[in-house]
Amino acid sequence: MSPLPAATVPPPDAGRPPLYGLIAEFDSPGDLVTAATRAREDGYRRMDAYSPFPIHEMTAALGMSRTKLPIVVLVVGLVGAATALLMQWFASAIHYPINVGGRPLASWPMFIPITFELTILFASFATVFGMLGMNGLPMPYHPVFNAPRFALASRDRFFLCIEAKDPKFDLDRTRRFLETLGAHDIAEVEE
Amino acid sequence: MSTPPVDDPRSAEILEPGHTFASVTDKISSIVLTRRTPRFWWIGFLVSFAMTMWLFAAIGYLLIRGIGIWGVNVPVGWGFAIVNFVWWIGIGHAGTLISAILLLLHQEWRTSINRFAEAMTLFAVAQAGMFPLLHLGRPWLAYWLIPYPNTMALWPQFRSPLVWDVFAVSTYATVSLLFWYVGLIPDLATLRDRAKRKFFQILYGMGSLGWRGSAAHWHRYETAYLLLAGLATPLVVSVHTVVSFDFAIGMIPGWHSTIFPPYFVAGAIYDGFAMVLTLAIPLRAVYGLEGFITLKHLQNMAKIMLATGLIVAYGYMIEGFMGWFSGNRFEAFSQWNRLTGPYAHYFWALMLCNVLTPQLLWFKRIRSTPWILWCIAMVVNAGMWLERFVIVVTSLHRDYLPSSWGMYQGTVWDWSIFIGTIGFFIALIFLFIRFLPMISIFEMRALVPAAGVHGEAVPAPGRIEGEV
Repeated sequence: MSPLPAATVPPPDAGRPPLYGLIAEFDSPGDLVTAATRAREDGYRRMDAYSPFPIHEMTAALGMSRTKLPIVVLVVGLVGAATALLMQWFASAIHYPINVGGRPLASWPMFIPITFELTILFASFATVFGMLGMNGLPMPYHPVFNAPRFALASRDRFFLCIEAKDPKFDLDRTRRFLETLGAHDIAEVEE
Repeated sequence: MSTPPVDDPRSAEILEPGHTFASVTDKISSIVLTRRTPRFWWIGFLVSFAMTMWLFAAIGYLLIRGIGIWGVNVPVGWGFAIVNFVWWIGIGHAGTLISAILLLLHQEWRTSINRFAEAMTLFAVAQAGMFPLLHLGRPWLAYWLIPYPNTMALWPQFRSPLVWDVFAVSTYATVSLLFWYVGLIPDLATLRDRAKRKFFQILYGMGSLGWRGSAAHWHRYETAYLLLAGLATPLVVSVHTVVSFDFAIGMIPGWHSTIFPPYFVAGAIYDGFAMVLTLAIPLRAVYGLEGFITLKHLQNMAKIMLATGLIVAYGYMIEGFMGWFSGNRFEAFSQWNRLTGPYAHYFWALMLCNVLTPQLLWFKRIRSTPWILWCIAMVVNAGMWLERFVIVVTSLHRDYLPSSWGMYQGTVWDWSIFIGTIGFFIALIFLFIRFLPMISIFEMRALVPAAGVHGEAVPAPGRIEGEV
């Protein structure tokens, strides 16, 4: 942050954004998983880990519950199937019936390909937009981006951020705790 | 997208030893961000861009004059437009196969080729989609194909395979786009964080949607990725099946056959892998990516080509056999006409390209020599185009009534549009490799040996793959 002219220096802490949390940097996925596990054992709950690729062990280490996404996808997929069948039945049997040599109007076997395609289409949209929605994306701004070395989270570094909202959070105590985990760069993150 | 065990002996074969998270990231992102654009790129892009402009000119002329400028006429109403449509859409199928089916089968070697194979899918489907629309004659009324409540009180004929095609191809294009984009999100975040210029930071930042690599996000992301793979797998099979129904449901001799769906799907994968090799071999040489796209990858793709090529050869055999065995004289004649009729040279060229040439792939020496592999892939690309030509044209030009027999030849405009789409396809590929990471960076990081976790006291959870 660039120093301001003396006349406009505000009193300490006034106008300073509130603290979002403390972020600690680790070298390897193993260290990150260990740190998250230890933090959870120590009673911290409001925290998140950031890594350049998915680490499956993280799910257990952070005590995350399994995502409900598959259920959403199943339901929307079935809605897609119903939409396709109803549309074809309505168009072919009710709204625009064509008598071709007395063949049945609601000839459902011929409706299967479109029903199948629309099921996949609806389910795929549900998968992508469900995932983005549950993740709260797009989110152009997030406090962790203020962490000085956070750009490396998309390259080769692993971060654990304990939020200030955690009931157990205490700036000095949490910082000392993170130091015991072998983090080599601990920074305060502003909102 | 699973992390291979560190002691997995295959890791060394699919990723050159010595790479770290940082080196993988920097090497792939530097192609987009820092390295000088090679002369190869400029020449290739300019040539393909010129071809694209020629394509647009040809389409413009087509819109002014109508499809009379093509060679199609009674009895061959389905000429180059349908040949090219089927050819292009088939090429796309290998991309989905690599990104979805090989993912579900835990084939880690797919990682370095899936991104540009998916891009290839997307661009090939874009070329394919143009042909049926242009073939409509009045493309500006193409929206009539979509079911919507309209003042004409008309609906599409949902029992027609041509309408199924509309749904299959548009779903396929949409799902391919979603799959490709979802795979890109974490890599766009990497580019956002590595880009030096403000403009690109903002551009990649918008594309990355604010991705920050949170563990909770990764968990849902992986689930979504696997779900998409699970959805795309039956989809890709259904698309070429529906395309083959365009023929198989018709009553033309040589088309009305149950072998068509599996034989079309196999042919699509065959040609698709040939196209992946056609693109991968020059790209790895120019950009020095031999450490990521190793000989192992080329060999594996060659093996898949050989296997699907044999399925296709079996398809040809069964077509011929059923023509004779059915006892139907029209079927028998149509098969005999393929072998000896006016288009026999197309048929025998097809046999040479698609059945004989790939037999070279039985030899390991040939599978491990990139330039020979590239030549074989080009021959297969041509062979699959010939196959579609033989299916479409030889069946139509001699139908039931000898009085309606005729001949078909592509005109200069047919060829312009066909070759123009090849240029357009290549131009899009060039733009893609210049502006987006052509190899999935985050999945490559997971292949680095150090990606394995040796945390103490961490209960090993089931892999997400197992739970979904």
